[in-house]
Amino acid sequence: MATVFKKPSFLTDVPFHYCPGCTHGIAHRLVAEALEEIGAKGHCVGVAPVGCAVFAYNYFNCDMQEAAHGRAPAVATGIKLVDPDNIVFSYQGDGDLASIGMAEIVHAATRGVNITVIFINNAIYGMTGGQMAPTTLLGQKATTCPDGRSVEINGYPIRMCEMLATLDGPSYIARCSLADVKNVKQAKKAVLKAFRNQKEGKGFSFVELLSTCPTNWHLSPVQALEYVKNQMTEQYPLGVFREV
Amino acid sequence: MEKIIVAGFGGQGVLSLGQLLVYAAMYENQYATWLPSYGPEMRGGTANCSVVIDADKPVASPIIAIADTLIAMNKPSLEKFQANVREGGLVIINSSLIFEKCANKNARAVYVDANRIAHSLGNNKASNLVILGAYIRQSGLFSREVILSTIEKVYASKPQFIPSNKACFEAGYNLEV
Amino acid sequence: MAERKLMKGNEAIAEAAIRGGCRFYAGYPITPQNEIPEYMSWRLPQVGGRFIQAESEISAINMVYGAAGAGARAMTSSSSPGISLKQEGISYICGAELPCVIINMVRSGPGLGGIQPAQSDYFQTVKGGGHGDYRMLVYSPCSVQECVDLLYDAYDKAEEYRLPVMILGDGMLGQIMEAVTLPEMKDAASFAKKPWAADGTGVGEGRRIINSLYIVPDELEAMNRKLQKVYDRMCENEVMCENYRTDDAEIVITAYGTVARIAKSAVDVLREQGIKAGLLRPITLYPFPKEYFESVMSSPTVKDIVAVELSMGQYVEDVRLAAAGRKKVSFYGRSGGNVMSPEDIVEYVLKEVK
Repeated sequence: MATVFKKPSFLTDVPFHYCPGCTHGIAHRLVAEALEEIGAKGHCVGVAPVGCAVFAYNYFNCDMQEAAHGRAPAVATGIKLVDPDNIVFSYQGDGDLASIGMAEIVHAATRGVNITVIFINNAIYGMTGGQMAPTTLLGQKATTCPDGRSVEINGYPIRMCEMLATLDGPSYIARCSLADVKNVKQAKKAVLKAFRNQKEGKGFSFVELLSTCPTNWHLSPVQALEYVKNQMTEQYPLGVFREV
Repeated sequence: MEKIIVAGFGGQGVLSLGQLLVYAAMYENQYATWLPSYGPEMRGGTANCSVVIDADKPVASPIIAIADTLIAMNKPSLEKFQANVREGGLVIINSSLIFEKCANKNARAVYVDANRIAHSLGNNKASNLVILGAYIRQSGLFSREVILSTIEKVYASKPQFIPSNKACFEAGYNLEV
Repeated sequence: MAERKLMKGNEAIAEAAIRGGCRFYAGYPITPQNEIPEYMSWRLPQVGGRFIQAESEISAINMVYGAAGAGARAMTSSSSPGISLKQEGISYICGAELPCVIINMVRSGPGLGGIQPAQSDYFQTVKGGGHGDYRMLVYSPCSVQECVDLLYDAYDKAEEYRLPVMILGDGMLGQIMEAVTLPEMKDAASFAKKPWAADGTGVGEGRRIINSLYIVPDELEAMNRKLQKVYDRMCENEVMCENYRTDDAEIVITAYGTVARIAKSAVDVLREQGIKAGLLRPITLYPFPKEYFESVMSSPTVKDIVAVELSMGQYVEDVRLAAAGRKKVSFYGRSGGNVMSPEDIVEYVLKEVK
């Protein structure tokens, strides 16, 4: 019998710790599939963030480094410079990348360092229990903005892709959604392209994945996917923002 | 042991004068330290360095409270450091820019019209070497030949400057004061 | 024939690190250590190394984390305010047991402070400036030659214990020029293998994880006990200290780094005046040279101890701990970037001690 579906070799057998309905698992799988497809086995280092994906080093079947909060692009830069033949990626959430790690991501991007960054945007601090993120939508409730995010107090959500696309350094910047099968397929292509770019030496590639957090959004998994498809996609339009 | 303070404006070659002394010490297998002032004053303001040379043993303190010699390339430097020269010490004064006399009467003052001499030799930037020549002559710290060969080694990567730098040094060295 | 050159402390540190195997440097400009990144920027590419100017001190130390984790001999340098920013990364590096070299050319503080020499980062350096139970091997060279000698073997030490080697200098040490003898470039083939390094080749059972996260308390406690054993071993084997004229000394001045050489001149002046002075100069600040201090503190000849430093009194606390009440320990410190002269120390000793 022909195998039509299997676990990618770039994922270990450790079960994911993610909540039901969380799309981190899908994102991990997309990364693992892309690494397998470009043939990164035996020359790959991943950088795990601080946040829900802090244990990513248990899941990806390659050498891994755990970075301090927000510093993954700097750590990845160090790794890449030591051996440019390695495929090096960071996998970061919105608090990690767009708040405490803003300087690191902007400068890695403008340097055009030849790494791949996977950015999980679920508009909330998941691991710490649902506080407001830099990408939390206006009006969206979080434990540190219980009445909903307001412009007066919190300012506006940050659009990372649009911001980074103003730079000359990046080779590829795209935003996809993990809200349904069609979008996941789209995301798979983008993630693969981001890794293929690195293999071809094209430079910094960045894929933002609009993701769910049913637990801290206080929504069911199905409602959470709807939230991504509607409210989040409205604030964060999908597409390719830079491609050179 | 010889403790020298070299001071002046940035751009007068104050730091490189001090370095030449330390190079000479190194080539002569003596011990020496060169410690510059650093900071905002480096950018266009006053510059100074402390040089300690010991023929016999490694230099311990690079910090100079009481100097054997002060080389003052401008007026603020003379005013700032002249009181720090020991009794019987030496003060070399660039009289092209300093019209006052040395106020430290316990030290021996030597006046050198360094800028004019350097200018007359066609090397406006080498007033520091004229001063160096006068200082070496007065102190006998190194022989004339040692400094000439030091100039050759230190400026080896810019050979076009060697003849005129040597000429300025010689002019200072040959001054009768 | 060994190569003899006139070099600034900062430049000599950079060159000696490279000859000791450094092939990765990340840093951010700050006075008074800028000659180090400037030197590295042209010199490292000549030997196949990589230099990168980071966007911040925080990024620089994290680049070092990544490079060291990938197996490279990596280094960063800064001065006090920048080292404060690096503390997070230093803690992670220690937690992940990564070897590297960190230079602190101390300037005066607190806050933005000044750019002149100081020793007011002593607590931060030897008591742990970042969070958690960690230690580093801390050297305080007093001359350009000693910078070279310590840097040359720093990576071997860092890799032996798998922790950062910190050089605690000051603005004076960075700017001073002295003649140095430079050693030969070390052969990378002689370096210890790093089976733990995440160099990209790991798959399945063989994959390497550079990490300091231990969620289970027992696991973290076990890790901390393991680290402590490493530190204990380091304390047993790595102490370095200089005694100068202490044999018959009645007054022992103790100081480290550049201040120690100023104190050495003061000792000579005091001796000329018939006062039996000596100098105890720690070269490693961690491990603290306890046994050297013990022999001074328990000596019947020694009457007074004088701790001299460029701070309001940090190092003196460790000296007093070593004295354990057996000797009177006086303190002479300058601050704000002011540096004492030998004459100042002599005056203090004559007035306050003798």
